[in-house]
Amino acid sequence: MTIQKLLIANRGEIAVRIIRAARELGLATVQVYSRADKDSLAVRLADECVDIGPPQASKSYLNRDVILAAAETTGADAIHPGYGFLAENADFAAAVEAARLIFVGPTAQSIRLMGDKVAAREAAAAAGVPTIPGSGGRLESPEAALALVKTIGFPVMIKAAAGGGGRGIRVARSAKELHHLIPQAQAEALAAFGDGGLYVEKLIEGARHIEVQVLGDGADVIHCFERECSLQRRRQKVWEEAPSPSLTPAIREKLCSSAIALAKAVHYRGAGTLEYLYDDLSHEFYFLEMNTRIQVEHPVTEMATGIDLVREMIRIAGGERLRIRQDQVHINGHSIEVRINAEDPAKGFMPAPGTVTALNVPGGNGVRFDSMLYPGYTVPPFYDSLLGKLIVHDEDRASAIRRLDRALGELNVEGLATTKPLHQALARDADVRAGRFHTAWLEPWLASHAASLAAAQAVPATQILPTTARESAPSATGGQ
Amino acid sequence: MAIQQIFSPLPGIFYRKPAPDKPAYKSDGDTIGEDDTIGLIEVMKSFNEVKAGATGKIVRFLAEDEDAVMAGQPIAEIDV
Repeated sequence: MTIQKLLIANRGEIAVRIIRAARELGLATVQVYSRADKDSLAVRLADECVDIGPPQASKSYLNRDVILAAAETTGADAIHPGYGFLAENADFAAAVEAARLIFVGPTAQSIRLMGDKVAAREAAAAAGVPTIPGSGGRLESPEAALALVKTIGFPVMIKAAAGGGGRGIRVARSAKELHHLIPQAQAEALAAFGDGGLYVEKLIEGARHIEVQVLGDGADVIHCFERECSLQRRRQKVWEEAPSPSLTPAIREKLCSSAIALAKAVHYRGAGTLEYLYDDLSHEFYFLEMNTRIQVEHPVTEMATGIDLVREMIRIAGGERLRIRQDQVHINGHSIEVRINAEDPAKGFMPAPGTVTALNVPGGNGVRFDSMLYPGYTVPPFYDSLLGKLIVHDEDRASAIRRLDRALGELNVEGLATTKPLHQALARDADVRAGRFHTAWLEPWLASHAASLAAAQAVPATQILPTTARESAPSATGGQ
Repeated sequence: MAIQQIFSPLPGIFYRKPAPDKPAYKSDGDTIGEDDTIGLIEVMKSFNEVKAGATGKIVRFLAEDEDAVMAGQPIAEIDV
């Protein structure tokens, strides 16, 4: 291991997660923080910490020069970017390497390639990985779109080439609709992005979101099977599990092999995720994109395979080869993660920053809570609403859901609203229990369950005894 | 005529413009209606409009564009 001191260029629960992995590897840790995160758990846990500026992320966690200066001042030899912020910024990865430091992640070149939608799609096609039928690049006229749809069929999505995050997407189900929507979409894209370019893609209705975890060392690549993350609200995942309840062994093998083919083709280094849409009626899967970072939902893979992904990615960054062979990776039982966000499901998921006045963390066999919370902590309003992740593991899916419901019952965060009531309702829902869902399932479900979610929030949170110092100690929140 | 303050309803980042490349919602000296938007507060990546809440004239802004604000912090002075 060439790394001795690791700087964590992130915050929140993932910073805590990385510090834990680094410590297990015997590395010293440096936590950078904005002034809003001075009292964060990561700052408390790290060996050293460095103030990198005001609360606004653009002036702190996204400020590359200040982060590189912090690494130099503290003598850190590697930087872990976590997820979000600078994790998929190719220029930052290049700047880290130019400063003779190690970037814990892929090469700047891989990040750049996979960050370009068209290039990533071409790389996938070249590796024999199916992509969603569509125009591939931008279309210049409604006639070109119509000609394309003759070969791929309706319904199709019209997307702004310069868009992202679901903005500017329209669905056409007939030639008439297509003719009507294209000029509208062009005008909107021009107004929103200054670029009227469009592309057209087949809409896979009722598709599931399935993603394959890979680990590479720049030469060899293994997969750690898949996660299913179909339960989403506004394209944000809320519940993730491994393995997917919807794949047959034969399709799982095909899917994971395709991920390996693409990751090998780009000489992938570190932890990465290939996202797919899966149509469980036709059994077809389509590559969407590759995320060149550790993901929020990585713990379900860790629990189901027993592999510590964060620790492995640090080892690889430190120059080690992959220590695990593909035939040593197995799925054991079933794991589910739910995101505990500071949002009020009874009030349209309104953000709920505030102070944690009391905290009880669930425990027991097969329960893990990756979080940044401690009693008395004030959740700042400046960043995303993720407070932590409750992860359970059990022998099969039905047992894991019962365990999740049990653990949610023990979780008590007082002082601010959280998404716990949502997850309790989902864990008790017949469709969720049967694995009958897709990426467009949750939003209508939320609309039809608004009243019961509001009522659930009104019930006193818990019957657990008042928090004691022992129960609430941050050190009791981890473990696998 | 009396001087009143408009308070931030939420903690977060205060923006005086609807988008970085757009003009400010309101400037010092502008007249305002009760339902006029005077800025945005970004809380956990969601954007919330701040309404004037009274009819009158803006004397001055107390918070600048992209300032971090607390809930209840005065962000503008108005003459009603």
